[in-house]
Amino acid sequence: MKQKLNLPSINPSEITPPEIYARRREFMAYGATGLLASTGLIPNSAWADTPQKLSKKTNSQYSSMETLTTQQAITSYNNFYEFGTDKSDPAHNAKILKTNPWVVHIEGLVKKPKTFDIDQLLKLAPMEERIYRLRCVEGWSMVIPWVGYSLSNLIRASDVLGSAKYIEFISLADPAQMPYISSPVLKWPYTEGLRLDEAMHPLTLLTFGLYGEVLPKQNGAPVRITVPWKYGFKSAKSIVKIRFTEHQPTTSWNLAAPSEYGFYSNVNPQVNHPRWSQATERRITGTNSLISPKIKTLPFNGYEQLVGSMYAGMDLHKYY
Amino acid sequence: MPVWIYISTTKFLNTLLIIAGLIPLAHLIYLGYQDALTANPIELITRLTGSWALIFLCLTLTVTPLRRITGYNLLIKFRRTLGLFVFFYASLHVFTWVWLDQSLDTDAMLSDVIKRPFITMGFISFMLLWPLAITSNQRAKNILKRRWSQIHRLIYAIAVTVILHYWWHKSGKHDYAQVSIYALIIGTLLGYRVLARYKTL
Repeated sequence: MKQKLNLPSINPSEITPPEIYARRREFMAYGATGLLASTGLIPNSAWADTPQKLSKKTNSQYSSMETLTTQQAITSYNNFYEFGTDKSDPAHNAKILKTNPWVVHIEGLVKKPKTFDIDQLLKLAPMEERIYRLRCVEGWSMVIPWVGYSLSNLIRASDVLGSAKYIEFISLADPAQMPYISSPVLKWPYTEGLRLDEAMHPLTLLTFGLYGEVLPKQNGAPVRITVPWKYGFKSAKSIVKIRFTEHQPTTSWNLAAPSEYGFYSNVNPQVNHPRWSQATERRITGTNSLISPKIKTLPFNGYEQLVGSMYAGMDLHKYY
Repeated sequence: MPVWIYISTTKFLNTLLIIAGLIPLAHLIYLGYQDALTANPIELITRLTGSWALIFLCLTLTVTPLRRITGYNLLIKFRRTLGLFVFFYASLHVFTWVWLDQSLDTDAMLSDVIKRPFITMGFISFMLLWPLAITSNQRAKNILKRRWSQIHRLIYAIAVTVILHYWWHKSGKHDYAQVSIYALIIGTLLGYRVLARYKTL
């Protein structure tokens, strides 16, 4: 079981075509289902050359029915500036990231600072598959089958003090593993934050997997958050520290360009980015995207019914 | 050197240059054929055609300094081809934006041109390229005489607006690594001309 998350990168030949992915349960029945149930993981030895699977139940309540973006597209078109600013950089440069051992520190306004290693986190709550839309602030979107559980599970396990109002996520910033950490693009480490009620919202997913497998490194392995109603940059990757605070934390992108990237950054077709409109988006499916027209962007990325009440009465033009 | 050899040599070299100049387009078509245009093909096509237009702009602006430095006057015979490749790749760049990216949505494009400074600069650059492309033939040169070289000084303005276009495009992400290199090259090429004028380089 050692090094169980430290697996070879995915070759295009190993990527599951959608039709096989659609039959994944059938496919997984061939595997060690009993082991999956007991540990949540299939041991490395059984799958020497394939990415590690995560057992999970589909959460259909929170899942989109739209056409999934292909695994190839999701894993080759990434914004993960620690590994380079080109979309193709992370897939090349993140290979060397060591994701096990991995420890997440919980600190700030908690009864007692704690640490969770990745194996503890993987077992903290049952894994769910949730198909979320991801809307990037740059104007493109994907439909992604994530695997994880609500962040609220971890927050409840953290003994947070009543004075905490915000949560801050701090990503790994290791110059030895992340070649672009010295670049002046952002102030490292990458930090993001949410209001505590946003973080407690069941949609906010502590994410460990994608397409039924452990997260590829370029997608924020071994643990990230996914906040589907906010622009993608709010969903911090490769998290090493979670801090509870009383005051709104500073965030990397807000620090870099406050007029362009607000703290809230809820997906909002009414509030344009200073350099482009946010009214529409290009859906990246991984197939036939050359002539696909843009689609209308929905308020809160289509999750308004679920999350809109948290912002009742707020001026969303002011708190963009 | 007999005149006919001179003419056929420059013609031959110009043909080679045209073939070479089409390689980036061939590469793009090849990538499309290989289904290797990344997850966001429109973005890749926009960026590659934009970059190649800029590269050919740098090459066009290199002709005069290089000719002066080397004394190799034959180089002037390739300036038009290089300049037309600027227009060619800029057209593909704009065409990709208009058709593939914006799906011919005139309102959306118009508001982008007005509201977004980096698109404004791109639009101005492309508009300024037109008079140069139209008057690039020998006949126009003969008709316009001195006016012709005045018109073609627009290339200096275009060099500036194009760099602004690229710079502002990258500004939100503080990702100036590549655009700085181009700005430095353009700056050097324009700076050379300023110095040459006042100091006789």
